[in-house]
Amino acid sequence: MTDILGKVDMINGPVIRGVEMTGFKMREMVLVGEKKLIGEVISIDGETGIIQVYEETEGLKKGESIVSTGKPLSLKLGPGILGNMFDGIERPLKKINNDFGSFIPEGIGLISLDEEKLWEVNILVNVGDFINEGQVFGTVEETSLITHKLIVPFGVRGKVVNIKESGKYSIEEELVVVEDERGYSHSLKMYQEWPVRMPRPVKERLPIDRLLITGQRVLDIFFPIAKGGTAAIPGGFGTGKTMTQHQLAKWSDADIIVYIGCGERGNEMTEVLEDFPKLIDPKTNKPIMERIVLIANTSNMPVAAREASIYTGITIAEYFRDMGYHVAIMADSTSRWAEALREISGRLEEMPAEEGYPAYLPTRLAEFYERAGYVKNLNHEEGSVTIIGAVSPAGGDFSEPVTENTKRFVNVFLALDRELAYSRHYPAINWLTSYSGYVELLKDFYSRELDEDVKELRGKMLKLLYEENRLKDLVSLVGEDVLPDEQRFILEIARVIKIGFLQQNAFHKEDTFVPLKKQIEMLKTIDHLYERGLNSIEKGIPISQIKDNKLFEDIIKMKYNIPNNNLDGIVELNEQIDNFYNDLDAEYSR
Amino acid sequence: MKKEYLQLDRIEGALIELSNTHNVGYGEVVEIENNNGNKKLGRIIKIEEDSVIVQVFGSTTGISTKNTKVGFKGKPFEISLSKDILGRTFNGIGKPIDGMGEIYSKESYNVNGRPINPVAREYPRNYIQTGISSIDGLMTLIRGQKLPIFSGNGLPHNELAAQIVRQAKIKAKDGRDTRFGIVFAAMGVKHDEAHFFRETFRKSHVLDRVVMYINYADDPIMERIIAPRAALTAAEYLAFEQNMHILVIMTDITSYGEALREISSLREEVPSRRGYPGYLYSDLASLYERAGMLKDKSGSITLIPILTMPNDDITHPIPDLTGYITEGQIVLSRELYQKNIYPPVNVLPSLSRLMKDGIGEGFTREDHPDVSNQLFSSYSKVQEVRSLAQIIGEDDLSDKDKRYLEFGRKFEEVFVNQDFNDDRDIEDTLNIGWELLSILPIEELDRLDSKLIEKHIKNR
Repeated sequence: MTDILGKVDMINGPVIRGVEMTGFKMREMVLVGEKKLIGEVISIDGETGIIQVYEETEGLKKGESIVSTGKPLSLKLGPGILGNMFDGIERPLKKINNDFGSFIPEGIGLISLDEEKLWEVNILVNVGDFINEGQVFGTVEETSLITHKLIVPFGVRGKVVNIKESGKYSIEEELVVVEDERGYSHSLKMYQEWPVRMPRPVKERLPIDRLLITGQRVLDIFFPIAKGGTAAIPGGFGTGKTMTQHQLAKWSDADIIVYIGCGERGNEMTEVLEDFPKLIDPKTNKPIMERIVLIANTSNMPVAAREASIYTGITIAEYFRDMGYHVAIMADSTSRWAEALREISGRLEEMPAEEGYPAYLPTRLAEFYERAGYVKNLNHEEGSVTIIGAVSPAGGDFSEPVTENTKRFVNVFLALDRELAYSRHYPAINWLTSYSGYVELLKDFYSRELDEDVKELRGKMLKLLYEENRLKDLVSLVGEDVLPDEQRFILEIARVIKIGFLQQNAFHKEDTFVPLKKQIEMLKTIDHLYERGLNSIEKGIPISQIKDNKLFEDIIKMKYNIPNNNLDGIVELNEQIDNFYNDLDAEYSR
Repeated sequence: MKKEYLQLDRIEGALIELSNTHNVGYGEVVEIENNNGNKKLGRIIKIEEDSVIVQVFGSTTGISTKNTKVGFKGKPFEISLSKDILGRTFNGIGKPIDGMGEIYSKESYNVNGRPINPVAREYPRNYIQTGISSIDGLMTLIRGQKLPIFSGNGLPHNELAAQIVRQAKIKAKDGRDTRFGIVFAAMGVKHDEAHFFRETFRKSHVLDRVVMYINYADDPIMERIIAPRAALTAAEYLAFEQNMHILVIMTDITSYGEALREISSLREEVPSRRGYPGYLYSDLASLYERAGMLKDKSGSITLIPILTMPNDDITHPIPDLTGYITEGQIVLSRELYQKNIYPPVNVLPSLSRLMKDGIGEGFTREDHPDVSNQLFSSYSKVQEVRSLAQIIGEDDLSDKDKRYLEFGRKFEEVFVNQDFNDDRDIEDTLNIGWELLSILPIEELDRLDSKLIEKHIKNR
């Protein structure tokens, strides 16, 4: 570490200015004051530099020193990340709790991965091998679910000249020594460092054509999210953003989940810590906690670290992607991140654009969402990062800058609706204003997995819902009775779709996660009901006969009554529909 | 080493600026004494090159740029706390105003507190019975929760808060928990409002368990910024060092937000929505997030902030940002109040985020989740029917819709409406719920399990 020293000259909340700072680098990490608060240089002007500080600055004095560390804000990436909870700059909150008690003090320094824990390492290379950047040189069984692959850091290639035997080591141990073409030697440890603001390189980006299966009907069938894709979930408070994010974190079929609690409630993170370890992944029968990384900067933690937390999360996600995993990242909420940008920008007295947000807000959002993708990594394996960002629009108004700008950079827009939430229709995703840009791209995926034309059926159902919305306007003016029977039947079917299909109960053990096969069978059943009923209406049978309460009720309750692993009940339901309408038709044709 | 300065550069509103100081710390407390010997406190809010900007608690009237003594204390804003604070009344910056003398204690605490480590938190699960049907049944209050009351000017939010204070109890298996206390923080309240609360505490015989921090509407706004922090620091002390269950009532957050805006504009900061500073969210969070429970402590802080929505607008920045931080909200409605319904809780936009884990079997009653769900969804249907009835008239409604109207009317008059002195048990609340639901046709009860319908409606 070079000992370049600056001096504190101005303090304004988390923003400080230093003088005598020639020699400091832009975006460099620095230690500020006697308490060695962690900060980052965000602008340099001649002798003076502006620093954002990731810890509380109370008590800091003018004239205290600023020490350069010579490297940008970066993360240690290695075993020990999974199942853990970190703050916005990758400091382990469990360790902080053990060492410092229930409240987080300032000046705890830069700690990250556990340096003492011994990991069982399996070395995969031999002396004399030629290894390349991105290649896997060893493995660690980090959890029973995930094998942590040790990859050669970027920029390192050459001949292996020395190795340790497979065995138990701490992350600081030199495992492999590589000599490059120019004769320099590099020692590889279990971890590598990477600056958070820089995307990690890949071989190439691949087209997006696989569904991220979430087990949530309204998503998987109506507004699908693709692996490597981007989605935004905007919604006012109380509309269920966090609930939806939690459901996705629990059930989506990604290998690794990175959950960023960015400026949200402390109790929500606690809930994750308490609930998730009890949940078992339906695919692997292992606790889902083993595949989750939590980043927490709750709303009362320092605001500058909130800005960094998003980058910390995405960098960790990319790291696992480079091992060939499919990673999904939930950022809850990106609005708080944007507000952190605004707060710091305000303290820098920058010229504000819309609603006080800095003019570079869209650029930053684009840079973040563009780090998603389905890629071939340097090791020629496939991996992906899917970004699902919650947005908390002020006043629930979707025309505010963060929602508007986010909309430009994401492909799936899941608009949460206050009206639906008030009537406890969960997930409160409004089917009229939401959209997914992946429906067409996933067409082949659906036909491969389900042998069904999902797009066609989805289109038909959405059209019914759209019709219903139009008719409801009419009904609110003239009442339902005056509508022709065909249209009244649409209202009835729309009700079945809404209650029986779109509403999903996160607290019901069958309904919280539904396999794709059951989802499509359910929707086909509803479609069958519609077709048979419509057919009977065309024969002149009155709606009062067509709408059989018992039959409709059974169909609405199929989500609860038919187990996920045995769909025989759905076949029976279809038979019931046929029998009922066959009898009805026969009766009326007499 | 205490240095004093005699020369100020600038006085503007509640901010003073002075230069050529020694190396003072950010956030340090400052004592200002004018030439009449009047002492005031202040705090450093910005240090730039040679000059220091101090925010003065209290008015700057009578302060001159010459001959004003400014001394730096060398430490952040702290209050001393001991068990003796119970039963006492303080002003916004923690000075006693009840004439009963200073609090002497070796321990003093920084009013800003420190963020609770999420790992150290205990997830709240024990429900508090308030005896108010709309709250217990539909937006259950959980110990350790922060649940604000969104109200409007002239609505009975103070009465509702008072009723909660009087009736709140924890129905734990081991009987009533006695180690509870109340911390009351008033920001910019009218004298009669403060009096109302003091009377309420007296009548409920809890006065010796209450700590009050009062900043009246005509008190300096700078103290308004400190008042809730002093109160929460006291609450943290009582909850986490004295192991008490503390209910914190804060009113009125809107006055607090306006004080923040006033200071922000004095400091010439870039405003965001409606002139409020960009850090309003973080600032409110630094208050609300201090509620909660800790794994290794047996006490708890439950927080009920009260705010009056300007113009009854729930999208105003203060209710809006509050709703994003708190774990739900209780929304009062002027329309219901005009229909003579007390408490006028508008259940549709109201919500308790923590209730899902604190109700049902083992907590309240097995049917509670489904009943509350069904009541919400049926009552929201009532709104649709009402708007239809307005157009085509009630007579032309179908039988089903007429039953909905009947249900809606009863729901407001029997379930929501209750006397100020009526303390309903959770069992009673749920039974009333079933009674109302039985008005509706059974096939409309799509949120209820058929077994429950069987048990509570058909078998009666």
